[in-house]
Amino acid sequence: MSIFVDETTRVVVQGLTGGQGRFHGLRNRDYGTKVVAGVTPGKGGTDVDGIPVFDTVEEAVAVTGANASFVSVPPRFAGDAVLEAAKAGISFVVCITEFIPAKDEAYFFNLLRDQYPGTRLLGPNCPGIISPGKCNIGITSGDIALPGGPVGIVSRSGTLTYQAIHELSQQGVGQTTCVGIGGDPVPGTSFIDCLAAFEADPETKAVLMIGEIGGADEEKAAAFIAENFSKPVVAYIAGQTAPPGKKMGHAGAIISGSQGTAKAKMEALAAAGVVVAPNPTAAGEAMVEIVRKFA
Amino acid sequence: MDLFEYQGKQFFARYGIPTSPGGVAETVEEAVRQAVAAEFPAVIKAQVQVGGRGKAGGIKIAGNEEEARAHAQAILGMDIKGHLVKRVWVEHASDIAKEYYASYTLDRSAKLYLLMLSAKGGVDIEEVAATDPEAIVRRHIDPVKGVDREMLEEAVEASGIDAEARQGVADVLEALYRAFVEGDADLVEINPLILNTGGKVHALDAKVTLDDNAAYRHPEWAEWAKTVEYDGRERLAKERGLNYIGLSGSVGIIANGAGLAMSTLDVVNQVGGSAANFLDLGGGASADTMAAALEVINTDENVEAVLVNIFGGIVRCDEVAKGILEALNRVELRAPMVIRLDGTNSDLAREILAPHVSPRLMVEGTMLGAARRAVEIVNENKGA
Repeated sequence: MSIFVDETTRVVVQGLTGGQGRFHGLRNRDYGTKVVAGVTPGKGGTDVDGIPVFDTVEEAVAVTGANASFVSVPPRFAGDAVLEAAKAGISFVVCITEFIPAKDEAYFFNLLRDQYPGTRLLGPNCPGIISPGKCNIGITSGDIALPGGPVGIVSRSGTLTYQAIHELSQQGVGQTTCVGIGGDPVPGTSFIDCLAAFEADPETKAVLMIGEIGGADEEKAAAFIAENFSKPVVAYIAGQTAPPGKKMGHAGAIISGSQGTAKAKMEALAAAGVVVAPNPTAAGEAMVEIVRKFA
Repeated sequence: MDLFEYQGKQFFARYGIPTSPGGVAETVEEAVRQAVAAEFPAVIKAQVQVGGRGKAGGIKIAGNEEEARAHAQAILGMDIKGHLVKRVWVEHASDIAKEYYASYTLDRSAKLYLLMLSAKGGVDIEEVAATDPEAIVRRHIDPVKGVDREMLEEAVEASGIDAEARQGVADVLEALYRAFVEGDADLVEINPLILNTGGKVHALDAKVTLDDNAAYRHPEWAEWAKTVEYDGRERLAKERGLNYIGLSGSVGIIANGAGLAMSTLDVVNQVGGSAANFLDLGGGASADTMAAALEVINTDENVEAVLVNIFGGIVRCDEVAKGILEALNRVELRAPMVIRLDGTNSDLAREILAPHVSPRLMVEGTMLGAARRAVEIVNENKGA
């Protein structure tokens, strides 16, 4: 099994006619993802390499039965695109858009939470999600992932997610689902959401978690793991040597005062029984060792 | 973008938050003119983005022109914790009866806005939070619902702010919320928010951080963006569209992706080295981007080795390898380069690089191995 997306997921790409939307949408389809529709206002009735384009998500859902959306539109349109998907009844929205104002994120996060509880948002500013061999939504290169499990991956960083997938695949250790939750201040899906889903997924036997400096989501995840999570977890936190007060690339990756340091996160996770690795390679090795014991 | 106090007060003024009349000055004579206009006694305040300027002698009260001239002379050009004072803000000195604290920010943990209010203002709020947490009233605000007068008045009352100031503080909180939301700020903070002896409430200081991602809907920010202070390299990197942060070590870092770049810093540190910078190439790693990155790193005299750490996903490593070689043709690198390329087409990439391998250009298979090699180069330099 897998979490959030699988072979039955039917994807509409909002922004399919744009450069990035087309590039990644077609790559996702090539991977085997059921990309059933595109949406671009004013371009309804056209198609992109055989994928029908609609004016609205509502139409796309009505005609194609899409149940997931891939939002690839510029920052100023992203909030409306996410809400349009939610209103159309889409249950899983992946938003890769970077540079969305934090206020907009906070607004649509809370609007979804209050008024569209049936919609899960992944991102913004995330690489997407891949359930290897089944479904790939976003910008992850499908070639590096290995189907079959037993490891679930959840990460705040894009390239580090690829690095983690690669470390495992090279050792013949597959993945159930790899979720990139993104590096923005208000992510739609948190570590805890992913951990809860992995806990419920019988094929996921262990979880590799990649966090980074800033915020307190890793600390909250540690508390969740201590209370509610029964499977082994290996974690790596990026930014152990980052200086305070500087945004390390991601809008969310910033140490403010004494808040959000890697040290605090690593200590919280270790106290919750998580194997905390000093770097991505060591994290991969630790996970391989855990998985070998299952066999 | 962090605003200077005077810019923060300009920002506040747009949303009807009361401040003292005053003006900004870059020269002593201008400061004296502003002091005369504001009427004595006038306060002259160093404009720097660092705390503790009062203790450093950066805030002085002048009773007449002569004193204003002397203070402005002393403060302009002053170094406060490494920040050069280029401007002063001059305003009429207030008769302070009481000092309070008010701020709005985003509480990432709750994913809601957070109002913080305290009757204990004029001191470092983190210190109040540590020593007397009860003195700070915290109220979460749902961004969809916003604030209402009743909720603000309740918070003001709970904070223990003096009865005669309550209406005025609630007014300021209403206006400050608008400034926070409509003004697209990450943080708006007034410390101190004062009650003067005339019974009026107004902002004596202004700390504002604007959300750079919202700049597209605020053309008026362009004026403030001009005064943002970067070091030379950070400016060059910004012009080249690179995500760069200068540090003080000797291994220059180039990576694709913020997480991988941060992780590269960590690994260099773990093998006994220290990074000269954080540099994220972003999604692409073309010859142009790579050349720009090398150009920026080349201006850092501390760099003794350059570590390129690329994980190819959609970006193919063979293309990155070609990009590196082309960039090296354009830029003569000051230090040896160690390259680690992994992921899509990395074998092909290594074949492309193989004929060019030399003591100036090394290829390593793993992130850890590459970091070790880079640190070795630095250590050999020290030995020599």
